[in-house]
Amino acid sequence: MAQVIMPKMGDGMSEGTVLRWLKKEGDTVEVGDILAEIETDKASVELPADISGKLVTIKVKEGETVPVGAVIAEVLAEGEQPQTAVPAPPEQTAPAETIAPSPAGKTLREEPPTQERVKASPLARRIAQEAGIDLAMVKGTGPGGRIVERDVQQFLASRQVAARPPIVEPTRPTEAVLETPSLTGGEPLSRMRRLIAERTTLTKQTVPHFYVTMDIDMSEAMALRERLNAALPEDAPKISVNDLVTKACALTLARFPRVNALYQNERIYPSSEIHIGIAVALPDGLIVPVLRHCERKTLRQIATETRHLVEKARAGRLTPEEYTGATFSISNLGMYGVDEFIAIINPPAVAILAVGAVQKQPVALEDDTVVVRPRMKVTISADHRALDGAVAAEFLRELKAILENPYVMVE
Amino acid sequence: MAVITYREALRQALAEEMERDPSVFLVGEEIGRYQGTFRVTEGLLQRFGERRVVDTPISESGIAGMAIGAAMIGLRPVAEFMTFSFALIAADQIVNHAAKILYMFGGQIRVPVVFRGPAGGGAQLSAQHSHSLESWYAHIPGLKVVTPATPADAKGLLKTAIRDDNPVIFMEHAKLYSTRGEVPEGEYTVPFGLAEVKREGRDVTLIAYSQPLLLALHAAEKLAETEGIECAVIDLRSLQPLDMDTVLRSVSKTHRAVVVHEDHRNVGFGAEIAARIQEFAFDELDAPVLRVASADVPIPYARNLERAAFPSEEDIIRAVKRVLA
Repeated sequence: MAQVIMPKMGDGMSEGTVLRWLKKEGDTVEVGDILAEIETDKASVELPADISGKLVTIKVKEGETVPVGAVIAEVLAEGEQPQTAVPAPPEQTAPAETIAPSPAGKTLREEPPTQERVKASPLARRIAQEAGIDLAMVKGTGPGGRIVERDVQQFLASRQVAARPPIVEPTRPTEAVLETPSLTGGEPLSRMRRLIAERTTLTKQTVPHFYVTMDIDMSEAMALRERLNAALPEDAPKISVNDLVTKACALTLARFPRVNALYQNERIYPSSEIHIGIAVALPDGLIVPVLRHCERKTLRQIATETRHLVEKARAGRLTPEEYTGATFSISNLGMYGVDEFIAIINPPAVAILAVGAVQKQPVALEDDTVVVRPRMKVTISADHRALDGAVAAEFLRELKAILENPYVMVE
Repeated sequence: MAVITYREALRQALAEEMERDPSVFLVGEEIGRYQGTFRVTEGLLQRFGERRVVDTPISESGIAGMAIGAAMIGLRPVAEFMTFSFALIAADQIVNHAAKILYMFGGQIRVPVVFRGPAGGGAQLSAQHSHSLESWYAHIPGLKVVTPATPADAKGLLKTAIRDDNPVIFMEHAKLYSTRGEVPEGEYTVPFGLAEVKREGRDVTLIAYSQPLLLALHAAEKLAETEGIECAVIDLRSLQPLDMDTVLRSVSKTHRAVVVHEDHRNVGFGAEIAARIQEFAFDELDAPVLRVASADVPIPYARNLERAAFPSEEDIIRAVKRVLA
């Protein structure tokens, strides 16, 4: 009998919710058939069967949340005889080795009688018990596969790394300790809100942000956009201001690898690949899908793919690969008429660009005449551990030059 | 501190105790005129006279019985066995009399006797003269068993043995008599039941006594130099009373233990140590406790076979690597 377990879809995932079962007990399943929809912190994903056979038992009800690695269903493989009260074959404990434990340290497997006795030294057992680890998840490297102290210590260390966002140990969102009337009622945080709360609190507490703002003349960019869109077929996605900013950022970042960088464990990793995160607002939160390899994409590709990612994000169907790995991010509130704002960095990246609305503004020209031009303010938030003000300023000056002479974007 | 041999240290202990207490006397084969088979009692006949250094016929049972009787009436005899292999003949005296009299007489009569001499082998003495029978004696309630490995301990422990009011089995080692070491100046004794940490280490605890302690120390040095493995080395010094606290403290740091002795492995003293470690420090263990000991065969005469039968530095190194695997 094969066990279907709650998969780990991304580093930060420790538990998942079964949103919906698409197969019911007794159904025949083929490899690749979608068994269920699983909701993680960030998205809902489809869980395909990796074995053909009959779905015998569903162990987790719709809406129920279980830790990564927990058995959620059992599939009787083709040709396999149903077993009654016979222990599961021992190889089924093998996949558990690579599965991270639940934060609470609960036993993931729920069928102890069917398990082979785990070989472990008394010391390893004691440490595991104190740390709340199920030894079935630890790989033994001692004689005969015995789990010894070092295996448990290594497991503990890796669990800490896995549970750790890129910078430091996550802290609970700290709440101001103020004299407040005791509140009653209130809503518990949704999983996404909780994650946003944790990540932004951590980032704001641990990453030294600084901000540089630039005012950009968008006359040429708006004209270019109009002409490009007029030439597009009716059904093609139109190029937005944001797409222009994305393309301009990609060109600029190629010249500033230190801005297109990751910071981790006191090391800076400048990247030649440019993966730009685009913040997308959701009804209760936000998500940052990542447009990969912008250094190779044309303006039209950027427009098409961004549209596609945004739609998927709004439908909650992004896969973890689609919302992780940004080397730089853009947050645009221009559509709300915002003049300017500042954004919180998305670590381990070292910078994010906050984009305001394109608005008509009076501008004094060289000859002191005042004209009205479409202007846009952008503010870069940068991690001072990796970048200094001058670099951020040079980056914005280059970005401004491109947007004010936008024809380089369609070369 | 003076550097002297193990043999000289024993002689000093005997002479000092004979000076200090007129009830102390020596009895044994060839200890007077011949000055001792291993020259431990050299010069003592001349110094203390025939009443206090008594040569006997070849009769271990007689030596032991005479010493026990003398002890019962208030003297402090130190009986020498030419080797402890010969003490087998005196086993009834030692086990049924010396060890039991205090109990059988309701605590009225004490037996302050020391039975001393070399145990073990390694000098091509063959199967009948190479016994290490410390586990036999340690098995008997009523006997104390002492196994010094260094000159300083040989002297300090022998003085404690002579002053003890109960029978003490004092096991020396033929291969140790010529070894040298620092000995404190002036009067000192070493208490029973106090093991000594001879080397600190974080990886494995080596537990030894008597001559194999030197093997353990050499193996520890080699492992540290060539492999970066740091072994703690503990000298038990006395087996009865036994200081397990020192052993358990070390094992709770290293989580691995290897016991080294020259006696046979089967039902040897290492089994007792291993049993107590698992009994009192089970949750500290990261590997089984191993024993490095003599093969379970009569000790061969041939040099190469004798070497093969006895524990070696290489055996210890292998065991250490096994518990670290």
